[in-house]
Amino acid sequence: MDFRGIGAVKTSANRRVMIASIAALIVAPLVIEWLDEPFYLDLVTRIVILSIAAVSLNLILGYGGMISFGHAAYIGIGAYCVGIPAYYAEYGAFTHLSLTILTCTAFAFVTGFVCLRTRGVYFIMITLAFAQMVFFAMVSIEEYGGDDGLVIDLRSEFPAWLDFESPMQLYYACVGVLVLSLWVVHRLVNSRFGMVIRGSAGNDARMQSLGFPTFRYRLLCYVVAGVMCGVAGWLLGNFTNFISPEMMNWTRSGELLFMVVLGGAGSLFGPVLGAAAFILIEELLSGLTVYWQLYFGLFLIAVVLFGKGGLDGLVSRLSRRDPVA
Amino acid sequence: MLEVSGLCKTFGGVVATREVSLTVAAGEVHALIGPNGAGKTTLVSQLTGALKPDRGVIRLEGRDVSRYGVDRRARLGMARSFQITSVVDELSVLQNVMLAIQALQGHSYRFWTPVSRDALLTEPAMRALSRIGLDARSGSAAADLSHGERRQLEVTMAMAMAPKLLLLDEPMAGMGREETSRMVAFLGAIKGGPGMLLVEHDMDAVFALADRITVLVDGAVIASGTPAAIRDNEEVRAAYLGDE
Repeated sequence: MDFRGIGAVKTSANRRVMIASIAALIVAPLVIEWLDEPFYLDLVTRIVILSIAAVSLNLILGYGGMISFGHAAYIGIGAYCVGIPAYYAEYGAFTHLSLTILTCTAFAFVTGFVCLRTRGVYFIMITLAFAQMVFFAMVSIEEYGGDDGLVIDLRSEFPAWLDFESPMQLYYACVGVLVLSLWVVHRLVNSRFGMVIRGSAGNDARMQSLGFPTFRYRLLCYVVAGVMCGVAGWLLGNFTNFISPEMMNWTRSGELLFMVVLGGAGSLFGPVLGAAAFILIEELLSGLTVYWQLYFGLFLIAVVLFGKGGLDGLVSRLSRRDPVA
Repeated sequence: MLEVSGLCKTFGGVVATREVSLTVAAGEVHALIGPNGAGKTTLVSQLTGALKPDRGVIRLEGRDVSRYGVDRRARLGMARSFQITSVVDELSVLQNVMLAIQALQGHSYRFWTPVSRDALLTEPAMRALSRIGLDARSGSAAADLSHGERRQLEVTMAMAMAPKLLLLDEPMAGMGREETSRMVAFLGAIKGGPGMLLVEHDMDAVFALADRITVLVDGAVIASGTPAAIRDNEEVRAAYLGDE
């Protein structure tokens, strides 16, 4: 499977799907309120938060060809940057967010410095190893709940204009961060910097022969993606009011990878479609049968085998078949 | 321009480069010929920095670049085409050339402006493509080009870097007769610009372009001189040209 998908031709249908989806996310709470089913707001909030994580993974995986199997570490770090200060009764959103950004930058820089010297399967294994180190570190620190995790009694506090204790406001903040992330990735991958990243994913030897010190560019890209995912973790910690090492277990990293591939690696909006489909299908199947993971597994295999370009690729193929579009 | 002296490289017990010394003057086409397995590509890889020599010195414009990495030597003006064509398949033809121009314009820590609307990149790239006759294919993915067109694209990218030294590793390999003569004409037209080290099996092309020829056999230089001198050299005939 080609993880890069750089050559994927975008159609106006892909853009229409993106705009329609974002519009749907904006009106969703109103519909949910009308239906009086608050559980659905939880579901969409989770979709939006994991979409941000998937979009950030897509930046390095889809455009940069860096298949990280440890991306959930940043979700964990972001969440613990809410949980640990809250444990010491520090609730300021500014503190939480700057702590998240600083920690993720440092972690991504140090691990990236080592990981990015490798390629292919070695890169996958070494990113996994670093993420598991953080996982086991948090398991072993009893002070912050160890295995059992930690309950967050209050969410990040903002000045008067924003209140995370309101599920609706938290949700819209998540949508705002998602739109911002999409915009940042869109600008980045089409800039000079992005062209170096994409060129290096396709043919690193050629890029070096052109005179690009590709390692530095890739490292910077890796840090940007890590920070973006850390912000998703910060939102997730706030949303669940609970942190545990489970948030950054390797299975979570695997799920993120799958969301990206399912939606279409290397397409801007694909990861959001992937995250939504992943969570909705998981929700649907687990309601139908206790053996849902079996069917889910079969579905995932089918997507990898037959769904070239993921859901986003499906949208462009369908629209091209349509003579009107 | 380029001065190589006493270059040695062994892989395990195999000597790939044996005390090689050669020079490429500014504007000169210096051809490197030799039978398969003579170590021509290994030599080129050491010149670009992809391989570290065991011993020897490589100077570019008098500066010792022996310890520099590939990207740094490229920024100093060393451009390369690979034996197996090396372009970015996933990007378009135009984007490939734009990358070469981007490299020339200094660092790429520019994060916000889309390159597709950057006339500083698109215009020179289109000019470079029309010079070699690939402008009609500018929107195609590099992967969709024919073998010969990919070769042309690679040479265009190397030239777009405005190099001082062009290392061409079998630019005509696998090309048809017509494509070969177009490439020879193109290289003839740019001759006198960058110094060129041309590794090539096509003897017609070599004798048409080269000012000097160096013959490499088993990693060692067995002869070096003008095309006429090489043609008459008995040792070269025995080792190489005699086959034809």
